[in-house]
Amino acid sequence: MAKPASSLAKRADTLWNWVDTRLPVSAFWKATMTGYYAPKNFNFWYYMGVLSLVVLVLQILSGIFLTMHYKPSAAEAFASVEYIMRDVEWGWLIRYMHSTGASFFFIVVYLHMFRSLLYGSHRAPRELVWVFGVLIYLALMAEAFMGYVLPWGQMSYWGAQVIINLFGAIPTIGEPLTEWIRGDYFISDATLNRFFALHVIALPLAIFGLVLLHLVALRENGSNNPDGLEIKANKDENGIPVDGVPFHPYYTIKDLFGISMFLLLFAFVIFFWPEAGGLFLEHDNFVPADPLVTPEHIKPVWYFTPYYAILKAVPDKLMGVILMGLSVAILFFVPWLDRSPVKSIRYKGLWYKILLGLFVVAFIRLGMLGMAEGTPAQTVEMRVWTFVYFAFFILLFFLSPGAKTKPLPERLTH
Amino acid sequence: MNKKHFSAFISLALFLAASAPVFAAGGGALETADINIRDTAAIQRGAKLFVNYCLSCHSASYMRYNRLAEDLELDEDLVMQNLVFADVKIGETMDIAMEPEAAADWFGKTPPDLSLIARSRGADWLYTYLKTFYQDENGHWNNLVLPNAAMPHVMWQLQGIQKPIYATHDGHDVIDHLTLAKPGLQSPEEYGETVHDLVTFLEYLSEPAKLKRKNVGVWVLLFLTLFTLIAYLLKAEYWRDVH
Repeated sequence: MAKPASSLAKRADTLWNWVDTRLPVSAFWKATMTGYYAPKNFNFWYYMGVLSLVVLVLQILSGIFLTMHYKPSAAEAFASVEYIMRDVEWGWLIRYMHSTGASFFFIVVYLHMFRSLLYGSHRAPRELVWVFGVLIYLALMAEAFMGYVLPWGQMSYWGAQVIINLFGAIPTIGEPLTEWIRGDYFISDATLNRFFALHVIALPLAIFGLVLLHLVALRENGSNNPDGLEIKANKDENGIPVDGVPFHPYYTIKDLFGISMFLLLFAFVIFFWPEAGGLFLEHDNFVPADPLVTPEHIKPVWYFTPYYAILKAVPDKLMGVILMGLSVAILFFVPWLDRSPVKSIRYKGLWYKILLGLFVVAFIRLGMLGMAEGTPAQTVEMRVWTFVYFAFFILLFFLSPGAKTKPLPERLTH
Repeated sequence: MNKKHFSAFISLALFLAASAPVFAAGGGALETADINIRDTAAIQRGAKLFVNYCLSCHSASYMRYNRLAEDLELDEDLVMQNLVFADVKIGETMDIAMEPEAAADWFGKTPPDLSLIARSRGADWLYTYLKTFYQDENGHWNNLVLPNAAMPHVMWQLQGIQKPIYATHDGHDVIDHLTLAKPGLQSPEEYGETVHDLVTFLEYLSEPAKLKRKNVGVWVLLFLTLFTLIAYLLKAEYWRDVH
C-alpha cells in the first residue's frame, strides 16, 4: 500500500503528464533552457539582456499599480501623482520604481547595444536579432516620451511641446501632422488622454511582441560571445558544442547573481537618490504644467539628450530633424556596415578600438551637451561630436573590410 | 574587450565629463541650507512658522494635517490647537481661503502652492531666498535670488530691514552685499536658525515619505546584499566544473 505522500506525488505526476501531453511545456523548457547551449565565456556585458527583461517586467508591474490611482486628465493628473506619493500606501515606492525603472531601462539597453558593437553580435546570422532590437529601442523611446508627459509637470508639458513641434518642420504635412498627434491645436487634455492610452496599452503590447521576436530570433542561432566564434562549429560526438554550457542551470544561476547585483544598485537609487540630482526626476517637473509660463530651460530627459544635441547642432530646423532621425535610423544598418571578417573587437585590431572609443565619447558628450543651456562654444562642440557620431558608421563601412585582423583562436577564451 | 580596456573607456568618459562642465549654476551663489530631515524638532518649529507666516497666502494643498501630526509625532488635538487656524477637520489638506484670482489681483500673480517648492527650487535656494530680502531706494521689497519677486518680506519683523550696498563691476552698479539697516526682533544668527527651521519643514513637506523611504531602504539594501552574496556562492558552486 502506497503512503499518502507518495500517492500525492503520483497524482501530481499524473496531472503533470496530462498537461505536458497537451501543452509542450517540457519540450519548450528543453529547447530553450536545459537543451539550449550557450557559450561558456559570457562576461559582464552579457547580463544586460536579462536585465532589460527584468526592468520591463518591473515597469509593467509598477505601471499596473500606478494606473489604479493615476488620473489621466489635465485637471487631475499632477494632483493624482502627488496623491500616489503621499496618500496611497507604498505609493511613493511604486512611483519611484517606475520613474527610476525608466532611466535604468535606457541604461541597460544602451549597455546592451554597446555590447553588440563590442563583439559584433549583430553580424550574420543574427542581423534580425539586432533589427528587432532597434525596433524595441524605437518603441521604448516612444513609450518613455509619452510616459514622461503623464505627471503633467512643467517639463512634461513643455518637453512634449518641443518634441511634437519637431514634426511641424516637415514641409506641407508638418502642421496638420502635429495637430493630429496632439488631437488639439496645443498640448491639452486630449493629448494627455491619448498618450495615456498609448503608454499603458498600445506601446507595451508592441514592445512585448517585439521582445518575443527578439528572443525567438536569438534562440534560432544562439548567442554570440566575446570571441565572436560560432560554438556550433565545434561539437563533440553527441552533437553538443564543446564550448557551450546548458543555459539552465548555468546561465539562469549566473543571471540570478547579475540580477541581484542590479537590484542592489536599483534599490539604492529608489530609496536614497530617486531624483538622481534632477536627472531622473527633473526639478521643473515638480511644478504643475502651465501653458502660460515657459520654463527658462527646456530639455528632454537624459536618455534623449544625445539626439537632442544633434538636433540643436544644425541651424536649420528641418535639416536638424532629418539628421536626428538619421542618427537613429542608421542603427538599423549596422549589421551591414560592419564588413570585417571577424566579429569581435578582440580580433579587429586597434582601429576599431579607437573608432568605438570615440563613438562612446561622442555619445556621452552629446548627451551632456543636450542638457546644457547652449552657449556658442557648446554649439561648436555639438557639431564636432555630431560629426564623430556619424563618422563612426561611415568609417566602419570603409575601414572594416580591409583592416588587418588578429588570428582567431581554435576554442573560446575562457 | 578585457577589464583593462573597459576601465580605460570609463576613465576616458569620466575625464571628458569632468574636464568640460556643461551644467552652469544659475543666478548668484546660493548659501548651503544643510538640512537634516531627521531633526523632528526643527520640522515642528518650521511647521509653526509655516502656518504663521506662509499659510495665509500660500497653500500646501497636497499635505494633510493628520499626516503632519503622525510624522511630527504630535497629538492630533495639539495640531488642531496650534497649527490649524482654518475651519477644517484634521484629515483635510492645508488649503487657504484666498481665491486665486483675488490673490493674483493683490500680488500680481497667484502665490504658488508650496507643497513641492523644496523639490522644484531646492533647499539651498529657499534658504538663500528667505535671507536675502532687501528694501530698495523706493522702499519696495526686492530679493537677491529672485529679482523683482512679487512676494513682500513677510518675516521682516524678525530679520529687520536690509539695504543693498552697491559696487561697480565693468561700469555697472551691482549689489555687492546686503547690510542690516534696521535690526529686527532676532539677531542675524537667530534669524538664520528660523529660516533653517522653515526650510527643513518645506523639505519635509515636499516629500513626507522621505524619512520612511530611507529607513526602509537600509533594510532593503541589507537584504539584497545578503541575497547577492548567496547568489554569488551558488553561481560559483555551479560554475566550478566549467573549464
